[in-house]
Amino acid sequence: MNDPETLLTVHNLSVVFPSLKGDVQAVNNISFSLGKEKIGIVGESGSGKSVTGRAILRLLPPYARIQADTISYKDKNLLSFSEKEMRRIRGMEISMVMQDPKYSLNPVRTVGEQIIEAYAIHRKVSKREAKQRAIAMLEAVRIRNPQQVYKLYPHEVSGGMGQRIMIAMMLIPEPSLLIADEPTSALDVTVQLQILAILDDLVTRRGMGLIFISHDLELVASFCDRIIIMYGGRIMEIVDADRLHMSGHPYTRGLLNCLPKIAGTQEKLPTLVREESWLHPATPTISIGN
Amino acid sequence: MHDNYSGNQTRKQWLLTDTPASAFQASLGRAYLGFLEFGRNRLAVLGLLIITGLVVVAVFAPQIAPFDPIETNLTNRLQPLSVHHFFGTDEVGRDIFSRIVWGSRLTLYVIGLVAIIAAPVGILIGTVSGYFGGFIDTVLMRITDIFLAFPKLILALAFVAALGPGIENAIIAISITSWPPYARIARAETITIRNSDFIKAIRLQGAGPIRIISGHIMPLCISSLIVRVTLDMAGIILTAAGLGFLGLGAQPPSPEWGAMTSSGRAYILDHWWLITMPGTAIFIVSLAFNLLGDGLREVLDPKSDS
Amino acid sequence: MLRVKDLNVIFGHGSARNHAVKNVSFSVNRGERFGLVGESGSGKSTVLNCISGLLDNWQGTIEIDGQPLSRKRTLSFCRNVQMVFQDPYGSLHPRHTIDRTLKEPVAIHKLGDGNRRVQQVLEEVGLGPQFRYRYPHQLSGGQRQRVAIARALILEPEIILLDEPTSALDVSIQAEVLNLLADIRQKRNLTYVLVSHDLAVVSHMCDTISVMNRGETVEIISRKQLQESDFSHHYTRQLLVASKGYDRAAIDLFQDF
Repeated sequence: MNDPETLLTVHNLSVVFPSLKGDVQAVNNISFSLGKEKIGIVGESGSGKSVTGRAILRLLPPYARIQADTISYKDKNLLSFSEKEMRRIRGMEISMVMQDPKYSLNPVRTVGEQIIEAYAIHRKVSKREAKQRAIAMLEAVRIRNPQQVYKLYPHEVSGGMGQRIMIAMMLIPEPSLLIADEPTSALDVTVQLQILAILDDLVTRRGMGLIFISHDLELVASFCDRIIIMYGGRIMEIVDADRLHMSGHPYTRGLLNCLPKIAGTQEKLPTLVREESWLHPATPTISIGN
Repeated sequence: MHDNYSGNQTRKQWLLTDTPASAFQASLGRAYLGFLEFGRNRLAVLGLLIITGLVVVAVFAPQIAPFDPIETNLTNRLQPLSVHHFFGTDEVGRDIFSRIVWGSRLTLYVIGLVAIIAAPVGILIGTVSGYFGGFIDTVLMRITDIFLAFPKLILALAFVAALGPGIENAIIAISITSWPPYARIARAETITIRNSDFIKAIRLQGAGPIRIISGHIMPLCISSLIVRVTLDMAGIILTAAGLGFLGLGAQPPSPEWGAMTSSGRAYILDHWWLITMPGTAIFIVSLAFNLLGDGLREVLDPKSDS
Repeated sequence: MLRVKDLNVIFGHGSARNHAVKNVSFSVNRGERFGLVGESGSGKSTVLNCISGLLDNWQGTIEIDGQPLSRKRTLSFCRNVQMVFQDPYGSLHPRHTIDRTLKEPVAIHKLGDGNRRVQQVLEEVGLGPQFRYRYPHQLSGGQRQRVAIARALILEPEIILLDEPTSALDVSIQAEVLNLLADIRQKRNLTYVLVSHDLAVVSHMCDTISVMNRGETVEIISRKQLQESDFSHHYTRQLLVASKGYDRAAIDLFQDF
């Protein structure tokens, strides 16, 4: 689309988890940047897509080694930030929505209290004003009876409702960037799409950036503007969503081909043949013989 | 290829291979990994060493003990620590070191028998109760609750009072009071395991409750139970010592550590070693079991994995 | 082959009463692939659990080869009907080697010749002999699901119940497992009952598809009808639209059913 102003730049990010059997390189030298757009990170399990999201916000366990040349947000160098400064960034500037709202919400406090808290941490406002904001936010995520939901406890709401509440909570401090890690994978497909529509509307209206982490290539292709495809901790390619089906990368092609299709035949599905060379960018995929 | 490795290394590879050629090799490899994990906990290894030492001492008691533990010698009473009597002598002239060495047999006898009686009873009642649920569960768990409602030592006291004092009766009394927590643990584990897919799968393959409980549920309960029993050993030793101290456990002149502290308490001010030496033995062995239990928990209990 | 008639399942009492399956009827011919598709709470897995015998508080009739089933299942039923579960991480006993997991059913049914059967079935699901003495934690998700399929096959059943067999797997692994299931069915002439939330998987695997919602059968259609949008219910249409990906305009038209 039009050249958006850059929100986040990541340059040569690597994450290593030390373990008994030797170091595990979860993310390997990846670089990307995004502006006020919806960018998708797609990959299979173990591709490093979730680790990437968490590494940006420094939400990984302390033994993980994060290395990068640059992680900058609005020209601020996040790498130089102390833990205290990072806490200000999290929520206020960059928010994160996780997969399962059941684990992200505190079970012994009402939904309303938790949304207010998310707001009050970052802004000094009166209780009444905070409550009004919270209810307005619940309305914005299309909860039909916000006054009522406000008083509920997390176990009293359905999965779809819980995820809407999480989104309300994450968006109420008005961050400029939202990282959504498989926010809808645990939900039914219709509910999933409804929630994505809410995210889409809010992100567009507020001019936010969105990093949408998912395993579902088709869904991301239909939802995001650009797609980062990861495999084995590396970026295979970054493509515009509408050009995904024209991608020439063998991994992307393989992923697309192995999906069963409603309109397809019942022939054998083509399986993905993984190539060593994808993990070694030094050896170009286009051979010299060409 | 094999020439490049020392014998040690090939054996290690054989143990840790991802492609074991037999069930025996697979289970050995598993045990070896557990052993490696256990070895990382220094304190647990210390505990294991102490307990191994205890077993060695008990087995070779006649060779280690310089004197007869029971024969009295009134001309030699209340001797302080010396090269001749490492831990001194007691009020009737018996060598305390020899008595402690022989007493290790009694200690092992008590904890061994209690573990053999209480743990299987607990696991059986717990798994049956947890697997079947409903009426069986209610009945078994209310019985368990009744036993849990009494303080352990008091209940043991009551049983010994009814059965008559003596080490065997003390063991029975301690066993009767020890199984309910094991039943509780086994039941809680069983309830979570019962609904897992691998139990559903084996049910669909036509397995009956006996096969499911003994082959599928019990092996998964056993590890947390071993940990709990090991940690309880200290308590069992203390209860046995307590009963001995109260004169309801091992009867004189048998060299039971609790009974020794009891008879030594009259001399605590002037002849401290009478009570300190058996007391220290009780303390060290209890501590060793606790250390071992903690180490085993890290190896066996997957829930403490972080 | 398999006939389900007026199946009803009710969980709980009073205010917690949940009529999970309402008057569900269908029949599956020998060698047919039957799909149950629906969202969570549609009762699709509950129907499967009633057929398999994991649930016994159902009302109605379930027949196999014309013989009505009782609540308590016999050994011969177990040989004839087997199930593959969704979660490859939870469906294998963590302390049993693959060998033991596969030999156990052979021992229960006293079939004998365990070694040969295990070897053969492992080969059939594409796992070499090097996997035989491994523990589940030494296998990947896809390999575990192959073992789960092998476990179902070793009793040589005629009907296999598949409860979301690939929804916990990556798409590339899903393709391999779906191909394996298709191969095995052809070779052994099996009857499949497949439960899934994924319309594409059901369409790929099945001949006949029953769409379920809130415990009721919405409609039973053929695969061809699904592909040609030749069906009557809005709910089915909405599922079809939803499975095609994100379309902002279409989402506003979604209804609650």
